[in-house]
Amino acid sequence: MDLTNITTSAINAFWLFFGGTLVFFMQAGFAMVETGFTRAKNAGNIIMKNCVDFMIGSLIYWFIGVGLMHGTSFYGIIGIPFGDLFMNGSALNPDMNYTFLFFQTVFCATAATIVSGAMAERTKFSAYCIYSAMISLVIYPVAGHWVWGGGWLSELGFHDFAGSGIVHMVGGTLALVGAAILGPRIGKYNKDGSPNAIFGHNIVIGALGVLILWFGWFGFNPSSSGALIDPEAAADAQPYLVAAKVFITTNLSACAAACTAMFFTWFRYGKPDVSMTLNGILAGLVAVTAPCDVVSPLSSVIIGVVGGIIVVLGVELLDKKLHIDDPVGAVAVHCFNGAWGVLATGIFANDVGITGLIAGNVQFFLVQLLGMVSLMAWAAVTGVILFSLLKKFGSLRASVEEEMEGLDPTEHGLTSAYADFVTSNND
Amino acid sequence: MAEMSKVEIITRQSKLEELKQALNDIGITGMTVTNVLGYGTQKGQKNKYRGVEYSVDLLPKIKVEMVVCEIPVQEVIDTALKVLRTGHIGDGKIFVSPVSRVVKVRTGEEDLDALK
Repeated sequence: MDLTNITTSAINAFWLFFGGTLVFFMQAGFAMVETGFTRAKNAGNIIMKNCVDFMIGSLIYWFIGVGLMHGTSFYGIIGIPFGDLFMNGSALNPDMNYTFLFFQTVFCATAATIVSGAMAERTKFSAYCIYSAMISLVIYPVAGHWVWGGGWLSELGFHDFAGSGIVHMVGGTLALVGAAILGPRIGKYNKDGSPNAIFGHNIVIGALGVLILWFGWFGFNPSSSGALIDPEAAADAQPYLVAAKVFITTNLSACAAACTAMFFTWFRYGKPDVSMTLNGILAGLVAVTAPCDVVSPLSSVIIGVVGGIIVVLGVELLDKKLHIDDPVGAVAVHCFNGAWGVLATGIFANDVGITGLIAGNVQFFLVQLLGMVSLMAWAAVTGVILFSLLKKFGSLRASVEEEMEGLDPTEHGLTSAYADFVTSNND
Repeated sequence: MAEMSKVEIITRQSKLEELKQALNDIGITGMTVTNVLGYGTQKGQKNKYRGVEYSVDLLPKIKVEMVVCEIPVQEVIDTALKVLRTGHIGDGKIFVSPVSRVVKVRTGEEDLDALK
């Protein structure tokens, strides 16, 4: 290996470590968003959940998850983990090195952490530990294998660059199924079915969380190029062109979606809604995650605009029509916009070797549609089984008393996450 | 001895500094200020959170309390009205009630002496 190759390889490894570290910081973003958008009496509980999914998830993913996802493919359905337990078989697969494991682990944790927001304020902590483990153990790795592990969807040419479908739609679908089976928080709906507003206790911390997520996304998407420098494009003036473009499409989509959500709520509610605009930022980021490397900047703006509309209508659909209580808007952001991102790839893709509906490639769009439906079905079916079993054994939902008093004192013995501050009865 | 009265003024939070200054200027030497929530005949206002309408019944206000003896109650009221009246809903209310006894904890002095 000559010096140039060593340098290239070091830069590319650093690229993954750097991006992976940014993605890790998204855990802080999720923790702050979910805490800020819910009530003070459950703040400690939400923080615990956002730590636990990473703690348990990292261990399980290292133990077996990465093997199931990236091991030798069994008919395109699942990876065979034997030999890859504890990464011991890493020699069998040249891609399976520690750099790769770290980068994959933080993505797995992102999928797992989405669910906690939608099911916030009423789920038993023990149930959370169990289902969070199951997501990292099997639900996410199998979905990941289909697309990123050499499975059947990747064989068909399905494209999901950084995980609109695999990470966000899978996590968001689990959130949808979980929140539906769990039922709404006490006091969310009146007898006639009309919803009540239950305020998040700290919009400031929620906004910090959203901005941290946005920051983290500059690792999530650009570093999914896998390598900053493409050795085969070394003669090119910009061997890092893919990553650079992804920064732009990612940012533009977030801004377009947030502007759209802001003006749309301004028009619809009379005033620009703060927390909905924040959700709009996330909607644009989720939607552009799959297509960010194969669409033009203009397409990414259009994808964001649609995402901004989807998130507002999605929150209303759940809240007012379906009566599924999602305190933080996780389903509208991750499930609906994740699905949109996968389809948008099939519509707007226009790059070397990959074209979508607008460029006249109907077949690629159908592959994206098939991928979206299959990934969503996988997450929905496994989610229904998982949450129904927990519910059947009476271990999914906290008791009425625990929910009323707050999960901080009842689940964790924490009188208040804000000792020395006076909190009102409503908190 | 002059009669002692407690004056309670409930008004907009934004008027506190101006009111405090005006009362100082007429010789009021002490007051207690509290953040309070409340509503009057107007019954709050309608708002929306994430598309769901809700009404805000209890609006945040401040309550300023003082006990006066030598300074005429009418002068306190006139001063407060001058500062606080905007003519819009939400200007607040003033309550006046008699006080039977005042004790200063540090010295044990009572009534007028305790107020000085």
